[in-house]
Amino acid sequence: MPAKGVMDTTLQAPFISAPASIEIERVTRRFGAVTALEGLSLRAAEHEVVCVVGPSGCGKSTLLELVCGLQAPDAGTVAGAPAVYMPQRDLLMPWWGALDNAALPLRVAGQSPAAAREHARPLFAELGLAGFERARPDALSGGMRQRVAFLRTLLSGKPVLALDEPFAALDALTRAEVQRWLEQALERAPRTVLLVTHDVEEAVVLGDRVVVLSPRPGRVVAELAVELPRPRRRTDPAVGALRERALAALGVTA
Amino acid sequence: MKLRILLPALLFAALLGAWELYARLGPLDPLILPAPDQIGSSLWHDRGLLWDNLAVTGREVLLGILVAVAAGVGCAIAIHLSTTLRRGVYPLLIASQTLPIVIVAPLLVAWFGYDIAPKLAIVALICFFPVTVTTLDALASVDPGAVKLLRTLDASRWQVFRFLEAPAALPGLLSGTKIAVAVAVIGAVLAEQAGSSDGLGHLLLQAIPQLETPRAYAAVVLLSALALLLFGALSLAERLAVPWAPRTKRRNA
Repeated sequence: MPAKGVMDTTLQAPFISAPASIEIERVTRRFGAVTALEGLSLRAAEHEVVCVVGPSGCGKSTLLELVCGLQAPDAGTVAGAPAVYMPQRDLLMPWWGALDNAALPLRVAGQSPAAAREHARPLFAELGLAGFERARPDALSGGMRQRVAFLRTLLSGKPVLALDEPFAALDALTRAEVQRWLEQALERAPRTVLLVTHDVEEAVVLGDRVVVLSPRPGRVVAELAVELPRPRRRTDPAVGALRERALAALGVTA
Repeated sequence: MKLRILLPALLFAALLGAWELYARLGPLDPLILPAPDQIGSSLWHDRGLLWDNLAVTGREVLLGILVAVAAGVGCAIAIHLSTTLRRGVYPLLIASQTLPIVIVAPLLVAWFGYDIAPKLAIVALICFFPVTVTTLDALASVDPGAVKLLRTLDASRWQVFRFLEAPAALPGLLSGTKIAVAVAVIGAVLAEQAGSSDGLGHLLLQAIPQLETPRAYAAVVLLSALALLLFGALSLAERLAVPWAPRTKRRNA
């Protein structure tokens, strides 16, 4: 696979050096009278995919913003490698083609438009987007837009990805397809991933570990290790069993 | 498609016909309301005079809009970047729009003379406001999630502006400029009437006491045509420069 070599140089050599772990210790975050997170501790080892599930408003997005340095905790510590934030909506620039959108981090790093495009092109093609280089976001399907947004996140070269409900806006079929695609992308370009979602099944299918948060103020109520081979199927009974355990931790009984 | 052209054309012809009939058969003196054919004949016979004055007014309108766009974009960016300015300057901008041009125009003429400068100042004074407001709104309506994304990519404030806010503001800027061209023509006419020796506004001022009413109406026709032409040019620019904007997409669909 000749493209593998290209990927290694593009994605790993110049950017990633420090160990890519995250350590969150007894973090509390308040907004006025509202406590979003209280005494939350969470760790992610290098290249581990940690999925955080919790009820709406449990501070999942706050957690990601803390990891990305977009907010500071009121108490406790957040330590870890640099993280890039990927919001729920793809937020592609409507005036750019797909390749230029994917190459945004390289432009921000100071590369010329042409150089950024050339550096992004091999991975763009390898992750199945070839032929869509010039397509503007409004000409792409939701699934394709989300792939371009992921690629943009990967090309930031940051060792930690903070993904905020990245599949929530997709229909069920597309969601499964893009989830599989993300697994393959992470296999080729490993990253430490913190993914928040309200979809327990998604967390079990994608995560090495599933962390369950309580309703606000958010704190960890359960941690489940998912030691199943990949790719995982939703219909796998072992997936179903873990899903039931996570749902029970959330207080949902089917 | 055909209907889209045919319908307004028919409506226009019907209005013109009604006007012609009313002007010829109605109670009004043709010195007060000339018929369309008289205006048409003035357009032809006075073409040299009208053209020379149109060139003067057209130049004032174009340059005035350029000044207004520069000032409007400058104001919008400054206000967008600074909360202090937003609080301090924005109310003044709104207040500036309540100044009756009729009062200000003679003052500007007294300061700058019969030159083009007071005309540009008046056109710009009227036009910069819609440009500022639409550009500012477009700058402010950028998705906060996109700003967060850029910040985690370690983008500087300037890069956030360059990669996100500036392109996002372009459709707003163009809409504001489209509003501005319509009022720019009125501004130029008012400015010329406050003190000038040429231009269509000056021509209007002279034509009416000279009882050359058809010529005055011909000047108005040309002023409308000027505004329509500028508006059309801007719509075209919009289609070319911001093809991603939803408005353009709907129009093409």
